[in-house]
Amino acid sequence: SYLIFFFSSFQQRIEIHKLRQGDNLILGFSIGGGIDQDPTQNPFSEDKTDKGIYVTRVTEGGPAEVAGLQIGDKIMQVNGWDMTMVTHDQARKRLTKRNEEVVRLLVTRQSLQKAVQQSMMS
Amino acid sequence: MSTAMDTESTYSGYSHYSGHSKKAHRQGRDRHKSPRSKDGSRSEKSVTIQTPPAEPLLGNDASRAEEGQDDNWGETTTAITGTSEHSISQEDIARISKDLEDSVGLDCKRYLGLTVAAVLGLLVFLTPIAFILLPQILWRDDLEPCGTVCEGLFISVAFKLLILLIGTWALFFRQPKADIPRVFVFRALLLVLIFLFVFSYWLFYGVRILDTKDTNYQGIVQYAVSLVDALLFIHYLAIVLLELRQLQPMFAVKVVRSTDGESRYYSLGHLSIQRAALVVLENYYKDFTVYNPALLTASKSRAAKHMAGLKVYNVDGPGNNASGQSRAMIAAAARRRDSSHNELYYEEADHERRVKKRRARLVVAVEEAFTHIKRLQAEEQQKAPGEMMDPREAAQAIFPSMARALQKYLRTTRQQQYHSMESILQHLSFCITNNMTPKAFLERYLNPGPTLQYDKDRWFSKQWTLVSEEAVTSGLQDGVVFVLKCLDFSLVVNVKKIPFIKLSEEFIDPKSHKFVLRLQSETSV
Repeated sequence: SYLIFFFSSFQQRIEIHKLRQGDNLILGFSIGGGIDQDPTQNPFSEDKTDKGIYVTRVTEGGPAEVAGLQIGDKIMQVNGWDMTMVTHDQARKRLTKRNEEVVRLLVTRQSLQKAVQQSMMS
Repeated sequence: MSTAMDTESTYSGYSHYSGHSKKAHRQGRDRHKSPRSKDGSRSEKSVTIQTPPAEPLLGNDASRAEEGQDDNWGETTTAITGTSEHSISQEDIARISKDLEDSVGLDCKRYLGLTVAAVLGLLVFLTPIAFILLPQILWRDDLEPCGTVCEGLFISVAFKLLILLIGTWALFFRQPKADIPRVFVFRALLLVLIFLFVFSYWLFYGVRILDTKDTNYQGIVQYAVSLVDALLFIHYLAIVLLELRQLQPMFAVKVVRSTDGESRYYSLGHLSIQRAALVVLENYYKDFTVYNPALLTASKSRAAKHMAGLKVYNVDGPGNNASGQSRAMIAAAARRRDSSHNELYYEEADHERRVKKRRARLVVAVEEAFTHIKRLQAEEQQKAPGEMMDPREAAQAIFPSMARALQKYLRTTRQQQYHSMESILQHLSFCITNNMTPKAFLERYLNPGPTLQYDKDRWFSKQWTLVSEEAVTSGLQDGVVFVLKCLDFSLVVNVKKIPFIKLSEEFIDPKSHKFVLRLQSETSV
């Protein structure tokens, strides 16, 4: 068998429609990480020097869970903006823009990586 | 008089205790009691508060191997045992004979050395004065007049001699604190050096000045001044050789007592083996806990049980190799299913518990006893003259309430031989006088202290022998081992060199201390 290497096959696109709660638009998950944070305390990253933005909690029944976001996902892009080299606050701001009702995330997931690797090996 | 504790005694050596502890106590004592016949002398006295006896409670020759015997100043009995008061054990005979034969020889040697040094010192001190005075006496009229220069030199000679005298007094005139087997090498060397030096000066003086009757008096006085200067330098050499050289620590010396393994480390400089032994012994008396033979009997009985268990029969006739036999015996002993470790463990745990219990009772009793005494201030002393007591009487008044607890505790920790009632009363009145708390009073009894703390009769260690494979006047080296033996135990001394230390420096700029915050925040969106 021959190896086919797809760059994008490790990643998944998720579209979240924000929910209006009073005056706020919420997405229904929590983020951790950032270039100004301590990467060694991130429980979800495989590489403990990875300073990317990770999903640390997903509220049940919220828009993120409905859209398919899972805990432990690493967010690579939000609406085309790169999220791999941002501070924690910048990431928060890009996710909570008041004039956007839909956010399109590009996430990568370890289980996804492993599944693709296994299928490539066999 | 503690009549509350008065009981009738029905058999020699033991007294009845209050009912609930009687059986357990008697069982405990019977277990400890040695099967040998009594070897020492005991005299038991009843307690009287007014005139406590002055000698130690167990009499002079109590055998140290006895346990489980009463010293009953805490309770009262009136029985006298049947053994004679004058029996002496074998060890005491050996000790007395050794004392007699050693005391004569060493004193002669010591005094000989001292007299030689004293005579030489006097001679040396008078020499410059003689150098100056002899021309004046012998050929005064021929001498050239020598005015202020000579007088100045006289003053300098006088003061230098005074300084030399004070320095010699400070350095050498000390009570010899020990008898050592061989002479001090450095001291002997210095004496020889001084003797040769002064002898050569006298020789020169006799030949060049006395014989020729030199008239240059200033030269003679300057010669005497040069002698005094050189003597001061020799004195400096003596300080460096005898005092300063061994101050810098070069060796770490480990001292282990052979009977119970107690060990200490000391730092020593360049010393000869005999001087190192002296230092070790001086520190032994204040650092090591006192040697207590009563604590060793447990391990001895265990060892006896090990050896008694096996018998070897020779069935093949004579001519067997003895080493093979003993090796077989050791192997058989190792394979035997022995439960003595179990016994040791439970015995030690039991003993610990008993000691702790008795210690708690003792502390409570003493604290309670101390609350009965209050110090009178000066104004109050006039108000109630009738009830005032001096410290001795106060001690005697509160002693009975703690006596029993203290006696039981001392007996459990096998220290009862080291403390007589008189010494306890003295200590108690001392503590009362100095406003000590009950804990300070008890500090002496709760833990065995260094040998110096106890009466000289109980030391077991007065005459020491230095056993060494190398000459005792040779210096300490790395790996030297020597043994200091006394009659009952020995101290094994192992010398190790302090390692050569390589120290390097590292400079840290105070401005280089910088820190960052390591955060991990979580934000919900």
